[in-house]
Amino acid sequence: MLDADFFRRWMTATAASVEREADRLTALDSPIGDADHGSNLRRGFAAVTATLEKEAPDTPGGVLTLAGRQLISTVGGASGPLYGTLLRRTGKALGDASEVSEADFAAAFRTGIEAVTTLGGAAPGDKTMVDALLPAVDALGDGFAAARTAAEEGAVATTPLQARKGRASYLGERSIGHQDPGATSSALLVAALAEANGD
Amino acid sequence: MTEANLVGIVLVSHSAAVAASVAELARGLTGGGTAVRVASAGGAEDGGLGTSAELIAGAAASVDAGAGVAVLTDLGSAVLTVKALLAEGDELPPGTRLVDAPFVEGAVAAVVTASTGADLAAVEAAAAEAYTYRKV
Repeated sequence: MLDADFFRRWMTATAASVEREADRLTALDSPIGDADHGSNLRRGFAAVTATLEKEAPDTPGGVLTLAGRQLISTVGGASGPLYGTLLRRTGKALGDASEVSEADFAAAFRTGIEAVTTLGGAAPGDKTMVDALLPAVDALGDGFAAARTAAEEGAVATTPLQARKGRASYLGERSIGHQDPGATSSALLVAALAEANGD
Repeated sequence: MTEANLVGIVLVSHSAAVAASVAELARGLTGGGTAVRVASAGGAEDGGLGTSAELIAGAAASVDAGAGVAVLTDLGSAVLTVKALLAEGDELPPGTRLVDAPFVEGAVAAVVTASTGADLAAVEAAAAEAYTYRKV
């Protein structure tokens, strides 16, 4: 079973990973975006860990709902409402149980991903975070490590795609050949899940 | 017509200068509509380009007079942030609506319509109709 501490570890591990990889995320965002993905997410997840320490919610749903809300209010780019909605809807779907099973989490995470696709309008293959998140949630039944691998493969597989959402879509064919920054940070989020689980 | 009856307007842009200028333009073209509350929420909190949930929430609260608030945005994170705030349920005043409209023309149409005392649905319709004004 997964408790509030597990989800706190997930957020802390994500913040550390985004901090380590911020320059790489921004570099990926330079040719096809506006070169702020790393710094935006670093600011957002730093605020998330600070808020979680201060308010210390005691349920899995409480941790993720608070984290999502914090991302929406601090990121300042499109990744704020998108990641914020992902975590917030996942947290809401978990309700106020003090512990949840991996299957409960997988179902809730899928609800969160569906909320992201509704908000941003992205479909699989549009070269977005969805291309890492959907394979990850599909693989969650085989464990967190399998989800991590699926997310990383999904992110790499965005390279030959042409962007159909967000700023990169204005570049048309010139977006081909670049790995999507949002799919890359989504893979970091999923990898942090495995890290929180000790995988 | 008192302010209390009028729909409030919020203009959200990645640029503080764009949001403030469009607000000034819409007010200026409204003539007698100076009673309409129009607030701009432009740029990130540090003044750079971006979108700030806090500036948007503050702007919406500042123009809310109980008749609803129409929010117009430019693109990308401005649209997504307003949608995410509306989904939160308690971040924006009750009766706040994201209006699907071109930013400049829609803002003028929204402020002029609001100045007549029209309700939120009529303000939204007028702003959305701005999409149909062809220039050539």
